[in-house]
Amino acid sequence: MFSLTPDEWTAVHLSLRIAIVATLVALPFGVAMAWLLARKEFWGKTLLDGIVHLPLVLPPVVTGYLLLIWFGRRGPIGSFLAETFGIVFSFRWTGAALACGVMGFPLLVRAIRLSIEAIDRKLEDAASTLGANRAFVFLTVTLPLSVPGIIAGMVLCFAKALGEFGATITFVSNIPGETQTISAAIYTYTQIPNGDAAAGRLVIVAIVISLVALVASEWLARYAGTRLHGE
Amino acid sequence: MLVVDVEKRLGDFAITAKFEAAAGATSLFGPSGAGKTSIINMIAGLIRPDRGRILCDDRTVFDSSSGQDEPPHRRRFGYVFQDGRLFPHMTVAANLDYGRRMRRLARDESEFRGIVDLLDIGHLLKRRPGKLSGGERQRVAIGRALLTKPDLLLLDEPLASLDGARKREILPYLLRLRDELAMPMVYVSHHPGELRRIATTIVRVEEGRVTGVGGAELLTIADEDAL
Repeated sequence: MFSLTPDEWTAVHLSLRIAIVATLVALPFGVAMAWLLARKEFWGKTLLDGIVHLPLVLPPVVTGYLLLIWFGRRGPIGSFLAETFGIVFSFRWTGAALACGVMGFPLLVRAIRLSIEAIDRKLEDAASTLGANRAFVFLTVTLPLSVPGIIAGMVLCFAKALGEFGATITFVSNIPGETQTISAAIYTYTQIPNGDAAAGRLVIVAIVISLVALVASEWLARYAGTRLHGE
Repeated sequence: MLVVDVEKRLGDFAITAKFEAAAGATSLFGPSGAGKTSIINMIAGLIRPDRGRILCDDRTVFDSSSGQDEPPHRRRFGYVFQDGRLFPHMTVAANLDYGRRMRRLARDESEFRGIVDLLDIGHLLKRRPGKLSGGERQRVAIGRALLTKPDLLLLDEPLASLDGARKREILPYLLRLRDELAMPMVYVSHHPGELRRIATTIVRVEEGRVTGVGGAELLTIADEDAL
């Protein structure tokens, strides 16, 4: 019978929590950024687009190191957040979620942006002639019609968060029960004698979670598609 | 009474439009690419003129000299687009109700029924726009615009995407709007036959300019365009 040790369960739980929190917290920022990039022209747009995509092309260790410098306890943003809101990132699971959210952000934004760009602007014009102000045009037309892209982006972000390793380990280290995710735990088990069985079990768990996420997103996207375009 | 006096440069193309429209159906008539749609979009507020003013019943919706520019959602003009533009993610009923909700008007069941009956779309209410025929879609689009209680109805080639039979299906409804509801309209078309039936005033537009305001006699000249 397939069973995990308590330590392995902890890593699985922690991974899911970090990936879910990272995705949900990144989502509103991702939608706002996607809308900005898809629908607005402004000075510095190319630069902003580049910065958003940076975690995709930078070595993850670099992203993790930058997070450590800025969001660490003595970092400019980290110390501000700790003093003002009591939010601490360094060597906490929240820091892992931040690292995963940052790494998944470009994938989230890309998917949502593509689906917003695919929406016929003429529908938004029609909504405005019917009395909808800009906020309501967004809420009643743009947002519902971009739901398939939002689902796709969330799955990509979740998958990225689940598999994230380099930035997380650089930023918040590899502390069992606090920042040790499935990926970090597998890495640890491969480094110790007789760790193969534990690593193998976690590998299976990772495959199962990824498959479930893929199938669920496929199903959700199909459901949203029929809801959006009628049967 | 609609007063339009606008100028707009779109790349190499310049539009200068000046005309006044009394009650009834004022038709912007001219060949494709003459700038008719741009003019109606300026009236709707979807394109901003470079200079000029637009008034509807003494209400200024645009005036470049005072910097006044009402956004489209506050102009209270209904707009029926050539391609319908129904919201695909809503039922026909929700499409029809959209403008009322956005304008926060009270729901008026008898008016709703009246317009639904006038346009014969009662049997479509639960359907999605994707499954409607072209004629049905245009009728719903007309109903959706009417239910916002517009001061003025803008129609941009509302029959152009339809075949002959569907055109004959919609035209009587538009005549009923003009006559039974006395709805002031600006009607864009390049079809003289259509306009002979619906237009009360013809504004002829050619190459971005108004080249004549008058009656049906203006329709004959551009007939050659139909060849």
